[in-house]
Amino acid sequence: MKKLLVKGGRVIDPANNLDEHLDLLIAGGKIAQVGKQLEDKEAQIIDVQRLIVAPGFIDMHCHLREPGREDEETIESGCRAAAAGGFTSVACMPNTDPPNDSQSVTEFILKQAAEKGIVNVFPIGAATKGLLGEELAEIGELKETGIVAVSDDGHPIYNSNLMRKALEYAGMFDLPVIDHCEDKELSAHGVMNEGYYSTLLGLPGIPAAAEEIMVARNIILTALIKGHLHIAHLSTKGSVELLRWAKAQGLRVTAEVTPHHFTLTDKEVCSYDTNTKMNPPLRSAEDVKAILQGIKDGTIDAIATDHAPHRKDEKDVEYADAPFGIVGLETAVPLALDRLVNKRVISPSRMIAMFTVNPATILKLERGTLSPGAAADVTILNLSEVVKIDVTSFQSKSRNSPFHGWELIGRAVLTIVGGKVVWPAKSLT
Amino acid sequence: MPFREKVQLMDAVTMDRTLIRIAHEIIERNKGVQDLVIIGIRTRGVPLARRIAKKIEEIEKVSIPMGILDITMYRDDLTAVGPQPIVRQTNIPFRITDKKVILIDDVLFTGRTIRSALDSIIDLGRPKFIQLAVLIDRGHRELPIRADYVGKNVPTSLEEVVEVNVVEEDGKDSVILMEED
Amino acid sequence: MPLKRKDLLGIEPLSVEEINLILDTAKAFKEVSTRDIKKVPTLRGKTLINLFFEPSTRTRTSFEIAGKRLSADILNISASTSSVVKGETLIDTARNLEAMYPDIIIIRHSRAGAPHLLANICRASVINAGDGAHEHPTQALLDAFTIKENKGQIKGLKVAIIGDILHSRVARSNIHLLTKLGAEVSIAGPATYIPVEIEKLGVKVYHHIDAALEGRDVVMILRIQRERQDKSYFPSLREYFNLFGLTLERLKRAKKDVIIMHPGPLNRGVEISSEVADSPYSVILEQVTNGVAVRMAVLYLLMGGKYEEVVS
Repeated sequence: MKKLLVKGGRVIDPANNLDEHLDLLIAGGKIAQVGKQLEDKEAQIIDVQRLIVAPGFIDMHCHLREPGREDEETIESGCRAAAAGGFTSVACMPNTDPPNDSQSVTEFILKQAAEKGIVNVFPIGAATKGLLGEELAEIGELKETGIVAVSDDGHPIYNSNLMRKALEYAGMFDLPVIDHCEDKELSAHGVMNEGYYSTLLGLPGIPAAAEEIMVARNIILTALIKGHLHIAHLSTKGSVELLRWAKAQGLRVTAEVTPHHFTLTDKEVCSYDTNTKMNPPLRSAEDVKAILQGIKDGTIDAIATDHAPHRKDEKDVEYADAPFGIVGLETAVPLALDRLVNKRVISPSRMIAMFTVNPATILKLERGTLSPGAAADVTILNLSEVVKIDVTSFQSKSRNSPFHGWELIGRAVLTIVGGKVVWPAKSLT
Repeated sequence: MPFREKVQLMDAVTMDRTLIRIAHEIIERNKGVQDLVIIGIRTRGVPLARRIAKKIEEIEKVSIPMGILDITMYRDDLTAVGPQPIVRQTNIPFRITDKKVILIDDVLFTGRTIRSALDSIIDLGRPKFIQLAVLIDRGHRELPIRADYVGKNVPTSLEEVVEVNVVEEDGKDSVILMEED
Repeated sequence: MPLKRKDLLGIEPLSVEEINLILDTAKAFKEVSTRDIKKVPTLRGKTLINLFFEPSTRTRTSFEIAGKRLSADILNISASTSSVVKGETLIDTARNLEAMYPDIIIIRHSRAGAPHLLANICRASVINAGDGAHEHPTQALLDAFTIKENKGQIKGLKVAIIGDILHSRVARSNIHLLTKLGAEVSIAGPATYIPVEIEKLGVKVYHHIDAALEGRDVVMILRIQRERQDKSYFPSLREYFNLFGLTLERLKRAKKDVIIMHPGPLNRGVEISSEVADSPYSVILEQVTNGVAVRMAVLYLLMGGKYEEVVS
């Protein structure tokens, strides 16, 4: 493998508290050296003046749909979308068909990823068999095969006793339990946030309380036992406050937020565009404000896409009948740069941490840093480039994004995985 | 397209005189006012119809039924490009079957308005006959229609516009020939 | 001022001028229904499709009569005979209808937003004849027309809407229309039937029918939809009638010349007593008569401005 010398950029590595104009030498798939005015005659030089050099971005929550729904996404296409969006690693949820609740499925995912994936794929295992919320999955064996967390994904673990046991049992293997916090009885047939707009549009609502009740329950359980709770895609003001409280108590609770939940409000649903339908739903302006505050003060740990590809014809139906979810791998970084960094909610370094060292710490990945010796996963960012989102140019097999046509400032321009430029496919020289 | 006045065709006095003459002609032609009803076409046919009805009543000392016809629902240009005209109420508070209908409008031009009015009246019943009275006949017919009573025949070019003003709608009585500015 | 839109999807997007134009135009069309020959050639050669995915007799018939009195060709497609039962999507159904060049598609659907989906892909004008719990614009227009006929004007009137507000498209459309025209609107019903943040639409909420009736000029009673009744909203129909049913006794709190409206069909003894439904206060049948006039007006106005709209 050819050596790479990434020259002239502003290197930001939050794990090492680094923010300086430095060069980066990559050799043998590892970070060889970080320093000023590096030279290496053998190395291919990548000129990154006026760009930011960051550790490779990690999306800790996406849906690659394989096995089972290869019509919506495959590990190969999902990895390409990730690379195009600036991600070097993704953690994929177990709600495949069959679900990832056995070693053979985990092995299949890892094998597909090794053969066809251009980024690192870290499977998340099922917490309960068949994602049914009845009995624990074989978490120990799954861990041996390579999962990095357990979750029942869109099926919250409703039985509190079982959730307790999942936290305890996964805790033995130092695996976080990722919970989609939702009281399904309370959200009932809801299809959007319950509030003024659901009343106006006559659509059944999902109250914020449906999320907050489960966030509160889960937090209380972590106070009872040892275990690591990770709250998936938190979306309400109340959830941010509960999380802040849990952290103040010193509980082992972390959380992620999606770009759409810090960008859009439930007002978007007024178009009845089914690409505004996801779960948790887009919330009120007040919730968005609270989430931005939670990002600013560090309450929220990570940004994750909840990338959920759906075929066009599945989304081209009446609002109530459309599936929940939007794609996010190719819009997350522009949204975060535009909304959080360029709008000065947080510094570039803090934003990069939410995509790198923080998710790496939650999932215990030896990634998310540019320390010499670390895997050479690097994301190069342009903070000032205007990008127009065009779903027709997506690498993902699906196009279900509410951001089509948006102009955002900032994007990932180059993605290096294990010392190899994977995006753009025809490497810059 | 702005228009300016070319010539005044009638003032209040001549208009009144003309309406008196038409009233007399109607009585004469129909040998009295037996079964006579008067229907004005919106908008300016209505005040003219009222005035003619009143004049006939003054002469004959009997009351003449008066109705209002809105022909919008019968227009033949509804789907043409452009905004649709406002529909107003038709108000004909009597049965017209076997009546002698005198239809009144301000200007007779292409004849299309009268065609619509005839269709509309025939949908309302079966009159004994329909006669047409207009204040101005400016020519340029597109349909085989002619008036039975004409206040004034005015040869015009297609580029000109005949503007009829009545006190009830416009605050004054006059007829003016306008041309492009 | 013409109606400058291709579709009628709801009252919420309409201006006061547009609402008044429809109501004024309806006045002219009402006269047509009183003639011996109840037909004018206004929409001759136009094709209207009644596309009903929910059972409805009143609204469908009313649109059908309105279309026929304007000389349009109107055909009815109901969900039971359409390809919907074969699993065709709404968009495919719409594209197939569109291929036959209809001028107006009138849609009733159980899902909020279904008419919007149709309007986005169809060249034809789309009229929402009721979508889920969202809007039912022609019902609100005929209600307003009936109120104006009885009360002269809407501005300043005190109106109460009573019943299942949560699931009611009639309530939403009426709230938009009446508040736009300056009425004071209050709603009443069991707390389980009051949608969140409804006050933001400019209404006052009551949970006791007596307070809601006090001094009202107009009382609208909504139908309790027994068929979609999930027991958790209220314990029994008997208790509902005891707490919210409109009786002559309760009606004494309203103004002496109060009018009672109901979008139909009535559940006698559930939301309204028979005595009230058949009393001189009731204008329920006038609503039905006016429905035809208002729908004729809407059909006429949408056909007029259409081409401009489509080109731009």
